[in-house]
Formats: sequence, structure tokens, C-alpha cells
Amino acid sequence: MSELLHVSSSPHIRSKVNTSNIMLMVVIALLPATLFGIYTFGPNALLLVLLSVATCVTTEGIYEHFMHLPITIKDYSAVITGLLLALNLPAGAPWWIPVIGGVFAILVVKQLFGGLGQNFMNPALAGRCFLLISFTGIMTDFTVPANAWGNVLDTVSGATPLAALKAGEQVDILSMFFGNTTGTIGETSTLAILIGAVFLLAVKVIDLRIPLSYIGSFAVFLLLFGGHGFDLQYLAAHLCGGGLMLGVWFMATDYVTTPITKKGQYVYGIILGVLTGLFRIFGGSAEGVSYAIIFGNLLIPLIEKYTRPTAFGKGGKKL
Amino acid sequence: MGLLSFKGGIHPYDGKELSKEKPIQSILPKGDLVYPLSQHIGAPAVATVKKGDRILVGQKLAKAGGFVSAPIHASVSGTVKGIEPRLIVTGVMSDSIIVENDHQYEKVEYHPTDSLKSLSKEEILKRIQEGGVVGMGGAGFPTHVKLSPKEPEKIEYVLVNGAECEPYLTSDYRRMLEEPELVVGGLKCILQLFDNAKGYICIEDNKPDCIAKMQEFIKNEPRIEVKTLRTKYPQGAERCLIFAATGREVDSSMLPADAGCVVDNVDTVAAVYKSVMWGQPLMHRIVTVTGNAIADPRNFSVCTGSILEELIEEAGGFKEQPKKIISGGPMMGFGLYDLQVPTTKTSSALLCLTKDDVSESPTTPCINCGRCVDVCPANLLPSKLATFANEYQEESFVQFDGMECVECGCCSFSCPAKRPLAQSIKSVRRMILANRKKPK
Repeated sequence: MSELLHVSSSPHIRSKVNTSNIMLMVVIALLPATLFGIYTFGPNALLLVLLSVATCVTTEGIYEHFMHLPITIKDYSAVITGLLLALNLPAGAPWWIPVIGGVFAILVVKQLFGGLGQNFMNPALAGRCFLLISFTGIMTDFTVPANAWGNVLDTVSGATPLAALKAGEQVDILSMFFGNTTGTIGETSTLAILIGAVFLLAVKVIDLRIPLSYIGSFAVFLLLFGGHGFDLQYLAAHLCGGGLMLGVWFMATDYVTTPITKKGQYVYGIILGVLTGLFRIFGGSAEGVSYAIIFGNLLIPLIEKYTRPTAFGKGGKKL
Repeated sequence: MGLLSFKGGIHPYDGKELSKEKPIQSILPKGDLVYPLSQHIGAPAVATVKKGDRILVGQKLAKAGGFVSAPIHASVSGTVKGIEPRLIVTGVMSDSIIVENDHQYEKVEYHPTDSLKSLSKEEILKRIQEGGVVGMGGAGFPTHVKLSPKEPEKIEYVLVNGAECEPYLTSDYRRMLEEPELVVGGLKCILQLFDNAKGYICIEDNKPDCIAKMQEFIKNEPRIEVKTLRTKYPQGAERCLIFAATGREVDSSMLPADAGCVVDNVDTVAAVYKSVMWGQPLMHRIVTVTGNAIADPRNFSVCTGSILEELIEEAGGFKEQPKKIISGGPMMGFGLYDLQVPTTKTSSALLCLTKDDVSESPTTPCINCGRCVDVCPANLLPSKLATFANEYQEESFVQFDGMECVECGCCSFSCPAKRPLAQSIKSVRRMILANRKKPK
């Protein structure tokens, strides 16, 4: 034989799914929400999205270059972090906000802990929370930019529907569903987010374990402790409002920061739902999803420890 | 009715269309034959011939080296050239009997039986043992041992494994389609040993023609049923098959007999029939020679001891340069680096691929996606086990049930980061097993 044969231990075949094409699917799934956000909020939103993605990708590339690590920017994971971070910013934020947030997310949260797969928190959310604590004023100013392209129902002083809800005002659920409200760039349109979510479910990148247990436990918590009794209108407003949908479908399902056990994923979803309810109803701000998820991230080792599956047939009875 | 199945598993490209329609063709060896003394699980056989001996087809070349062992028979007539170490499919050297073929095919006299009913249970087992029958699905466990559980009356199911869940393989398919009478007959021989057992012939639903054929053949057999399984790898793994067909679970500390089951491969059952009814020992097997590097993929009935290279010539040789040649299926077979290797009782296929997925997909970090957990039929956490294995944390490995791994390879197949999960787990698992066997 003219060429040497390859020899390795079985199995000898591999599925076609790889990390890059999974990540690319997530990027595609985020596009409806991103494009809708840009359409609604205008040129500044576009600038923030581009800057955020560019910052994340270059930070990762530069760090890996100087640390003599393999350059992994082609796996789209930094693109996702950049997109998610931008989608969590108010449209009127100055240009340096996504730059600082992106550097923090990629450098501190992801790379310093060992890069892809090693971060213990969702980098985009950690970046957002970092910005929220450091620049509270900017990060909670949801005034629609003057040059917005969309036709947003501007409420008094740009309050988000959730803030309005918390203040006891009426909200229009239909415009929340379609996205004619104010909020961060990517969270306003429930419909656009759901289109992406259905796509991710269809290509089997995510499954329903975490989303359903998250939404379910949040709804139950709200009905029990929301103070509105069995008010479906109120419940719907909470489900469509704020970052819940974006969080449920795109951040609570982030592989790296979710439990690997199936049972653990249900537990994690339930914990997130309860925490979100707790923060939204009893917390100081109207929002709660970001904090709930990064707090939930910290509980994962514990959840995994107590939800280890029983091996097939283990302890089976002999006849 | 829902199809019978198990939890986990994968759906790889099955490649069976390459050789599915090719009828079994008998081929004769050209060069010398090589009979490794160790081609089954258990003690190696002990040679009973010496250099220069004239031997006949069906003559015993080596006797069993213990109870868990099996004799080896000549598949040709000729002269013994010597006994020397030769390379076998697993990549190790094994003492082998080398026979020069005289192409006369002069036979020893077999002792057929007229009726199964006239044989006692002991006689049936004796015939299976003397026939050198071992599990032909791949493991090569001596069949007479499997068929001698401590309490035969507690066996409730005899399962014939016709799942053939490995991609590319079609030898069992052709056997069931072309010689269903051997399979049903062999199952009847085995049922004779177990008074309280029912026989199930288990076939995946991608072989509807086999299912129909078998159903027709068992019309008048009250003790035998055909069970249709969902097409999914590893449906033919013993534990998965038992669960799918009977709903019973077996773990690593149990034998199938502990769950009242006996599982035998289609080809094994056919070999049982031949040795019990015809008195003919195991000396042929069906080998699928296939893969996209092969000019004319085929199913051959091959004399054991034939050199694999000859099979490739019979299948028209290579139409493209192969990158990887595998003895067995792509999920659990052995990669070969040399084709001067003999066919043994357990060689189900020779797969020649022009592409090696393993070397073409670089390993990237684990992203914790959980696909390995979803597909694991043993319900384990392969990504964690592989980490323990790589760091040789034996205690954690055992605590996380690493010893329950069935080595099916589903985790490696499905890993998007292309980590060699099954490979890591397998090596440590075997190291631990080997250490346990060492006398303290």
C-alpha cells in the first residue's frame, strides 16, 4: 500500500455537529431580535451592536495571541457574547459602554478563567451586571434616541413597561409582544425572540427543559406572590416584559453555564424562575433576569452534585 | 404499538445500501490459512496438531484450554506449516496455527442427527462446545458457557440479536434473509435447553423484509416471536437489547441470565444449528466487505483463517486509496494497519473508508452541551468521566459509575468538540478491570 493507514481506537466516525456550527446557529437565532432592535432604535443601536461584537472578538484574539494560545475567534462564541451584551444595553448608551463591557466579559469572565467552556458565569450577563453596577444612570436610561427609525410608543421619561407595571400603571401587552415599547436593544420584541427560539429548538441546539421550567416556576411564583392574584393580564405583561424572554431562551440555555445533568436542568430552571420572581417583585429595581441567571450560574456545581443520574440498571434486582 | 427501544443512542449514517443487495457469496482462500489460538474470550485454545500433520476440513486443530474456551477447527484440508505468533485484528500478536491449503477440501466425517428431540440437553451443549461456537457478534464469548447458566429453568427469554445496529454491516441481514431456516432452527436447539423460555428474534425496523421473512418462518412455532426494534445505535448492545425486548435492566455486576435472558447473535444461532444438527463445527462466517474505498462491496461467506487482503481482492480491490481500514463496524471495530491478518470467528466486516473523521476533526474544549449525556445508553456523564479518566482519578471514575460504560462510542460520536470521550473512558475502565484481576 502506498499510503499508511490511520489507526485509532473506536468509534471511527463522528457526527457533523461541531462547536462552530452550534455557535453559528445561535448567532442566526439572535438575528431577528438584533435586527428588530436596530430597526426600532436607529443608528446608535447599530453602532452599539457592531462595537460590542468587535470588542469581544478582538479582545479574545489579542489575549490568545499574547498568551500563545490557539486563536479561537472563528468559533463564533465571542460573537455571541458580543451580540448578547449589546442586546442587553439601552439604545442611547455612549460608545464606550459596550467597549468596557465587552473587555470585561471576554477578558475577566471568560479568558482569565480558562477560555471557552471554563467560564463559571455567562460572560455577556456578567458584563452587563458589571456595567449596571458601575454606570447605573446610563444603564437604566431607556429614553428612545431622537433619531430612532422605528415607531416606538414613548412613555413618560422612557420608562420600560416593567417599571411602569411596578409603578402601578397600565401597559399594553400587544405592543410589548410586538416590541413597540422601550427597553434594551434586544429585549423589546417577544415575537422576534421567539422566532429565534423556535429556530434553535428546530435545529436541536436547545431543548425545552430549562426554558419551560424557568417560565413555569416564574409564572407560579408570580401568581402566588405577585399581589395580583390570578390575573393573567398581569402575568402576560411580566412574561413579555423586560429581559425575561431573551434570558430564558438565549442566556439560561447557554451550554457552558447550565448543569449537564437532565434533572439538574429542571432544578436550575426552577431556581431561575423563583429568583427572577423574587427580584422583580420584592427587589429594588424592576428587572431581575440578569441577576437571577448569574446567581443561578454560581449554584451549578451544587446542582450537578445532587442530580447525578443513576446508571442504567444499577441496583437492578437479580431474579 | 410503539417500537421497542431504549433511552439514549444515536442515528449515524448507516451506509448499508452499499452492500445490502449483494447476496452471500462463498469464496475460497488462496494462500495459507492462519488460525489464532485466541479468537474468543477466555483461555486460549491448545493446539492438538503439530508441524507436518495432514489435516482435513472440519478437523480439530486446537482443543479448548478450559471451560471458558473453545476449540478451533480447520476450514480447509492441507498441511500444518507451523505454530507461530501472528498479528491479529486487535493489533496484538497471538500464537497461530499456519496451514498450507491443498485445495482438495477433503472432509472429516460429520455426525448429523435426525431429530433434535432425540438429543438430551447435555448432548446439545456438548455438540455446541465441540463445534467451537462462540459469540459471532464481536465479543466471542464461548456459546456453551452462555447456555449453561446455574439455573436454566429460570431463563425466560432467549433473544436472537438481529438488530445489526452498527453502520455498514449487512452480514446478519443477509443471513436472516437468505437462510432464515438456520436461524429459526438454531433458536429451536437453544430453546430445547430452557424449558421455560420463549424465543424472541429481535430485528430493527430498517429491515422490514427480514421481519416479514422471519414471521413467515415462525408461523407454526408457538414458542418463538419476532420483535421489531426501533432503528438506533446501539440497539444491538446486549443490555439495550434486553431492555428493549423485555423491559428488564442489567448492569455490569449482572449477567443477562440474572435477568432471565440469554442473548445470541444471528450468526451464532446459525452456527449452533449447524453444530447441533449437522455435527459441523464453526469454520465459516459471513463477512461484509464494504466502505467507499471498495470497488464492489460484497457479503462473503469466508473460511475462518483466510487472510483479509484476499477478501479485498475478491471485492474488486480498492477504487480509491483507503485512509482507514476497520475490522468490524465503524462504532466498535478495530482500526487495522496491516491487511496480513486472518479472518476469525468474530470478524463481521471489513470496512474501508476514504476519510478518517477522527484525524480530520481537531479536539476543542468541552462546551458542556450535554449531548454525550443525552445519548449515553448507560445513563452516565461521559464528559465528566473522560475528565476523570484523563487525570486518572480512579476513585471519582468509579464513583461516577465509569465501570458501567458499555463502550458503545455514542458519546465520542456526538461530541461537537470532537473530544475522544469513549476512548479515554475505555482505556481507564480496562486498566481498572485489569488491576482488579491481578492477585493481591
